[in-house]
Amino acid sequence: MPNPITTSELAKKVVNHEETLILDVRNTDEFDNWKIKGGNVEVINEPYFNLLDGIDPVAENLVKDQEVIVVCAKGGSSQMVAELLEEEGGFTNTYNLDGGMKAWSEHLEPVKMGNLKDGGSLYQFVRLGKGCLSYMVESDGEVAIIDTNRMIDIYEAFAKEKGVQIKHLIDTHLHADHISGGRALADKVGGTYHLPPKDATELTYDYKALEEGNDITVGNTKVKVQPIYSPGHTVGSTSLIIDDEYLLTGDILFVKSIGRPDLTGKAEDWVGDLRNSLYKLYKRLSEDLIVLPAHYSFAEELGQGGSVSARLGDLYQRNEGLQVDDEDVFRKMVTENLPPQPNAYQEIRETNMGKITPEDEKQREMETGPNRCAVHG
Amino acid sequence: MESAKVLDAKGLACPMPIVRTKKAINELESGDVLEIHATDKGAKSDLGAWAKSGGHELLKETEEGDVLKFWIKKV
Repeated sequence: MPNPITTSELAKKVVNHEETLILDVRNTDEFDNWKIKGGNVEVINEPYFNLLDGIDPVAENLVKDQEVIVVCAKGGSSQMVAELLEEEGGFTNTYNLDGGMKAWSEHLEPVKMGNLKDGGSLYQFVRLGKGCLSYMVESDGEVAIIDTNRMIDIYEAFAKEKGVQIKHLIDTHLHADHISGGRALADKVGGTYHLPPKDATELTYDYKALEEGNDITVGNTKVKVQPIYSPGHTVGSTSLIIDDEYLLTGDILFVKSIGRPDLTGKAEDWVGDLRNSLYKLYKRLSEDLIVLPAHYSFAEELGQGGSVSARLGDLYQRNEGLQVDDEDVFRKMVTENLPPQPNAYQEIRETNMGKITPEDEKQREMETGPNRCAVHG
Repeated sequence: MESAKVLDAKGLACPMPIVRTKKAINELESGDVLEIHATDKGAKSDLGAWAKSGGHELLKETEEGDVLKFWIKKV
């Protein structure tokens, strides 16, 4: 029987840049839309239904004692193919990814980014399957989580293990590519949910305004979470400076790209805001701030240990989205030739506003696929 | 549309709807239409892709409540 491999075990291999061969047996459209990437991963695609009459289409390109991790949508078809590889092909080192791409899209890998000045630490939670990044600031027994994903149990278990209490759930903007877990987790643990007021006009529940001047303190040691209004991706988008060292940019600035202004149909209106945030507002900040975005799009953005970050000054040198001097060229870049919009983005926004409450299974389905919140210059 | 056979694949998870469909198609004559009922959402894109790869023609697909229905004409 093929061995099972958990999403957690696979995530460790990806972030540690171990050589990993994946055989993805979903149909080719689904594979092309969204696949496992990162680290030292090589991935080949052969739909399972092409292997029912024999495994030759893949077997001839593989070595029998090579480690092969078979992946499909939910884990059923990959189990069958892994068994065929062993029984018909004599393969000896095959694994089946438990739960398939569905489980992979929900895995969060916590990576410690550093210690805070007066004690405490900052963790980045990397959602390898979707490219979402969320953050946990922990100090003196208290926690703030920023851009919380839907899988709130993972943060809760992590906080419990550390013996700390979740106090603040902060979203840098109203998300359109993934369902926020911020409000649900705030309700569950009795914490406070913070959102920029300009993104909250259609919210159907209570929240606390995330605004400049309303600094948030985590723990008694004064870890300062300082909101900076930086519109452009959404009208309310707000960045956070944490401990005077880290700049959480939300979906405004990424490591290799910049945010897109069109997910609410307002590209023309917000392109000026986006330019102002990137080319004026951030320029006034310290170049030594460490940029921590809410997404990454390219596997090469994953550094050692799986973290995604860059020094602000370095991004002004090498991020192509920050090198466009001509305003018209910039306007064209962020309003034309945009990638397809994220799956179900309108329904996701309405869910995040509290207007609709889809069942768990429906929520999973809405989040399928890549995040696509960036413009690639 | 007249179906030569109706395959009930309701309640079956991937890969079974395709495995059963393949078997049922093999038992039909060229030009016959197979009607498939399934509930696994994955069947939707997979059946289309499978039919295409085998040269069969997906004539029609409908969604009635939770049940997905497909009509495939054997090549």
